[in-house]
Amino acid sequence: MRAADDVELRSEIEQFLYHEAWLLDHDRLDEWLELFTEDATYWVPLQPDQADPLSSSSIVYDDRRLLEVRVRQFQHPRAHARVPAPRTVHQVGNVRVVEAEGHDVRVGSTLVLVEYRRERQRVWGALVEHRLRRTAEGLRIAAKRVDLVNSEAELDGIVCIL
Amino acid sequence: MNVQSIKGLVQPERVHRAVYTDAALFDLEMDRIFGRAWLILGHESQVRSPGEFFTTRMGREPVIVTRHADGSVRVLVNRCAHRGARVCEATAGTTTEFVCAYHGWTYGTDGRLAGLPLPDGYARPAGDSVGGGLARVPRVDSYRGFLFASLAEHGPTLAEFLGPLRASFDDFVERAPAGEVEVAGGVFKHAYQGNWKLVLENHNDTVHPAFVHASSIWAARQEPVAPDGAYSEIGVRQMLQNGAPWEIWENTGLWVAGYGHSWMADYHDDSRLVAALEHPAFAEYRVALERRLGREEAARVLGELRWNSIVYPNCSFMSQFRQLRIVHPIAVDRTVVYAYSFRLKGAPERMFRDTVAFANVVNGTASPVLTDDLEVYERAQQGLGARGSDWVFLGRGQSGDLPDRDGTLRGRSGTSEVHIRNQFAAWLEYMTAEP
Repeated sequence: MRAADDVELRSEIEQFLYHEAWLLDHDRLDEWLELFTEDATYWVPLQPDQADPLSSSSIVYDDRRLLEVRVRQFQHPRAHARVPAPRTVHQVGNVRVVEAEGHDVRVGSTLVLVEYRRERQRVWGALVEHRLRRTAEGLRIAAKRVDLVNSEAELDGIVCIL
Repeated sequence: MNVQSIKGLVQPERVHRAVYTDAALFDLEMDRIFGRAWLILGHESQVRSPGEFFTTRMGREPVIVTRHADGSVRVLVNRCAHRGARVCEATAGTTTEFVCAYHGWTYGTDGRLAGLPLPDGYARPAGDSVGGGLARVPRVDSYRGFLFASLAEHGPTLAEFLGPLRASFDDFVERAPAGEVEVAGGVFKHAYQGNWKLVLENHNDTVHPAFVHASSIWAARQEPVAPDGAYSEIGVRQMLQNGAPWEIWENTGLWVAGYGHSWMADYHDDSRLVAALEHPAFAEYRVALERRLGREEAARVLGELRWNSIVYPNCSFMSQFRQLRIVHPIAVDRTVVYAYSFRLKGAPERMFRDTVAFANVVNGTASPVLTDDLEVYERAQQGLGARGSDWVFLGRGQSGDLPDRDGTLRGRSGTSEVHIRNQFAAWLEYMTAEP
C-alpha cells in the first residue's frame, strides 16, 4: 500500500500535527521542543524554493541548540518583543503523507496562523513540510520547514513560532 | 516650518520629540536630507554586466539602478515620463529595455526614450516634451565598489562626503583575499513602526545591548559551549558577546566625522568570531589573505577592528562581519531596513557560511536579538508621541568628546552619545541650509 493511501498512518500524523499546533497555541513551548529529535532542524526559508540553509540566509534556521536558545529566550521576562506574548491560532490543513521511508515519514501540510499582539492581528500563510521519525518515544520531528507565502516581503519582526 | 523654529529643535544635549513624530518635518527631511545627501544604493556586484539592474528607493523616490551598454551605472527614477506609472516592477534582473505597462513607452537602460506608440500624434517629438526619457538621478558615484547617488545637482563629492569613513569601506574590501566582495546570500527586509533615525541611533549605542538583549544574552548563557563546527556556534557566540561587561563597552573606541557619520571599534574578544585572534577556523583564510598582501599587511588588515560604521543618513555596515544595512524611511513612523550579506572573494566557503549564520542572528526578521531592537524602536516611537515632556536627552559623555585625527571627534568613552549628537548636528545643517 502506498503511504499516501494508508488511512491509519494519515490519521496518526494528523493527530500529531494537531497536537503540535495545540502546544504552540497554549504556550507549552517546552513540550513543543520535546517533539524534536536531538539532530532536528527547524527552518523558515527567506526565499521561495530556497535549496540550502547554510549558504543563504533564512528567517529562521535553528539546529536543536539554537531552538532551545530561542524557546528559552521567549520565556524570559525581558524578552521585550514578547511582552505581551502573542496569542495564536495555528490552523493546520491539507495534510498529505508524501513519502514513508524506513523510520521517517515526509508530510506536507498548510498553515494558516492568526496572531494577535498589542492591538494588532496578523495572518500568516505557509506551506509546511515535516520529516517525522518513529522513535521509542513515539513520533518526533526530525526536520520542519515552513515556507511563508510572504517570506521575501518587508516584514515586521516575527515573534511567534510558525 | 521656518529655519528659526527648526533650529530650536536641536540643542546641545537634547532634541525636541517632533523630530521623530512630526509628519511635516518628515516631508522636509525627505527633501532636504534624502534629497541632498549621497545615499548608498547597493554594490557593483548587483549590476555586473550590461543590462543588469535592481530597483530600490532614494528617500521616497523609486529608482532603477542599471548597468548601461557603455559599462556605466545609471540611476533612473522609476516613473514613466508619459503618465507616471512605474516602468519596472522586478526587484532585480537583466533587460535591454524598460517598457511601461500602461501605454508601451519604452526606455533604454540609460533611461532614454526608445519608442512609443503613435508617435505622429504629437505636435513635436514626444521625447522633447518629456526631457528625453526617464528622469536621471543627477549624481552617481562609487567607492570601493559601493554605489552611491545624490538627488542634488550640486554638493560635496562622494569622497568629501565620506571623509574618514572611507577607511571602513577600505576595511570591508581589503579583507577579501581576492581584493573584492560581492552581495550574496539573500536580503532581509525588516520593518518597524518608528522613525528612520531610531535605527541609526541604535547601532553605535553600546549601553542598549545589556538591556534590550538581556533575554537572548541570558538564554545563550544557559547553553553549554558549542562543539566546534556546530551550526549554532556563531549565533550563540554573538548573543553571548552582547553581554560584554561595562568596562569593555566603556573602553571601546567611538568616532564621529562630518555629515553625521560615525564608527565604533570592535568589542569582541571571542576568537571564533574575530579573524585577528588566530582561531584555527580562520587558518586557511589567513593563508589566502597573506598570499595577496604579505604577512605584515594581512596582519594589519585583520587587526583593523571595527563594529558598526554609519553613513548618515541611510546606511550602517559591519566591515568585519560583512553586513550592510540600508535604511528606507517610509513615513514619519514607518521604516524598512534592507540587510545584505557579502562574500569575501577568494575566502574559503566556510567563511561565507559563518557570515550567513551571523546574519541570521543579527539581522534576521525572527532573530531573538533583532526582534527586541525593533520592539524598542516601536516603544520609543509610541512614547515620543506623548506630550508629557517634549525633550529627548542625549547628554551622555557630552562634555568629554575629544578631537582626534582626520577631523574626527572621539567619544570620551565607548558609551558616549556623541554619535547621536553628531547625527543631529548634520540633521540641523541639512535642514537649515539654503535650497
